Amino acid sequence: MRPQTRWMWLVTACGAVLLLGGAATAPAQETHVGSLTGHAASGKPLYTRYCAGCHGDDGDAQGENAQWIDPKPRDFTMATFKCRSTPSGSLPTDQDLFNSLERGFVTTNMPSWVALTPQNRIDLVSYIKTFSPRWRKAQAGKPIAIPPEPAPTIQSILHGRELFQRMECWKCHGPAGHGDGPSAHDLTDNKDNPIRPYDFQTGSRFMCGTTNEDLYRIFMTGLDGSPMPSFDDQLKPAEAWDLVHFLRTFQPLQTRESVIWRTWFSTHGRELKPIGPEGGGGGQ
Amino acid sequence: MITRYLAALALASVGGGAAGPPHRPPAAAGTISGKVTYTGTLPKLRPIDMSKEPNCVTQHPTPVMTQDAVTGPANSVRYVVVYIAAGDQGAPPATDTVRYDQKGCLYIPHVATMQVHQPLEIFNDDPHSHNIHPLARVNAEWNKSQPKGAPPIRTSWDQPEFIAVKCNVHPWMHGYFVVLATPHSAVTDSTGSFTLTGLPPGTYTVTAWHERFGTKSQEVTIAGSETKTVNFVLTARPY
Repeated sequence: MRPQTRWMWLVTACGAVLLLGGAATAPAQETHVGSLTGHAASGKPLYTRYCAGCHGDDGDAQGENAQWIDPKPRDFTMATFKCRSTPSGSLPTDQDLFNSLERGFVTTNMPSWVALTPQNRIDLVSYIKTFSPRWRKAQAGKPIAIPPEPAPTIQSILHGRELFQRMECWKCHGPAGHGDGPSAHDLTDNKDNPIRPYDFQTGSRFMCGTTNEDLYRIFMTGLDGSPMPSFDDQLKPAEAWDLVHFLRTFQPLQTRESVIWRTWFSTHGRELKPIGPEGGGGGQ
Repeated sequence: MITRYLAALALASVGGGAAGPPHRPPAAAGTISGKVTYTGTLPKLRPIDMSKEPNCVTQHPTPVMTQDAVTGPANSVRYVVVYIAAGDQGAPPATDTVRYDQKGCLYIPHVATMQVHQPLEIFNDDPHSHNIHPLARVNAEWNKSQPKGAPPIRTSWDQPEFIAVKCNVHPWMHGYFVVLATPHSAVTDSTGSFTLTGLPPGTYTVTAWHERFGTKSQEVTIAGSETKTVNFVLTARPY
């Protein structure tokens, strides 16, 4: 059995080198984050122990628990990932996958794997990259550039509100970010499973992080495989920051943005046209 | 996994074949034309409820019917892709741009064929936003927002694949990008007719594909500048 497996890897590795035009690249089964190097062979037993129950032995999301889980576990054979720093349609970086393992997804059944060692996690990242041939044919995308965040102002928040109207975010996320827009109820993911848009009013963490920068990255790169599209072709960086500042006002949290917003809203709130089909967004 | 990978390699080499030395038009070129019809029971077509998007309701004075099984006179079938699946002798890569429109909350055309690496431009002609989400499996899946007035999305595909396209905001919007290695393809019109032109002498496998009625193939030999008639009968399924 073993020589056969070795032969298969050899063929695959040769094919990968051919496809990459003979470029000198690290073996596909090795990953790097910071000073850590992950090895697929070390990740396999960890995967079988911690991940296969949901993601399946073959990485095809057919684990024995998958039928009880909603949203469904990631299918690694498709190599489509929601939380990326890279443009829609490109593979995530090793760091993106590593971060996802560490963070978990608050909106799904995927827990944080911070209890494993960093070496365990990087080995797991190496192993899940063996399930799809895409990892041998293409390289990870280039992370989108994120300029430093400007300080939130009421102008920035109001402009963000206008963009929320104009980009039609409300059609899924609802006029108050409650995840109850007109299109919210029949959204499906790339496997035709029903899926809900994020409800900002839960005050929870976002799917892919907690910071303003994470929020920026979520809508600019999109959550591939889900109905959430990418906006980096449509929004300039300054506009994206304005939208981040406005989205923060939806959350029932004491954020810098929400303090500015509530102070302004208490005196000027009536000037606003509501968000929605007839809505006007901005303060006029 | 290995098998799938080798299959992808094979597909890649087919796609690469089109980008060979400069192509010279053959001295004698044949034509294959015909009609696609169906037998069996058709699914029931339903009017599309676009009430979530008032702009689109007003663009269609009479309700639009679902487009996944459009038929015409004498059991003809529209939106069938007929293409050369085998026997192709290579051709220059297509450089003209394929246009795909989102208008009135519909994809126009419903089915668009294109060659591997052929430029594709996707337009939003509606006064509101769409998200265009090609559910690629062999190629890379992506999902991009295109608000009103946004410039066209310019892209192309690396591998042959039948890619379903959807808009998540308007879940009734369904279309197909049919990415082929061959330059010889056609989509049947409202009478179920198609024509494949410019075929050098040789033996070809001609395949007809329909999103609900499946595929059928036939072998056809072209001897010179002749026109051969090839008809397909697909089996309709009610669901």
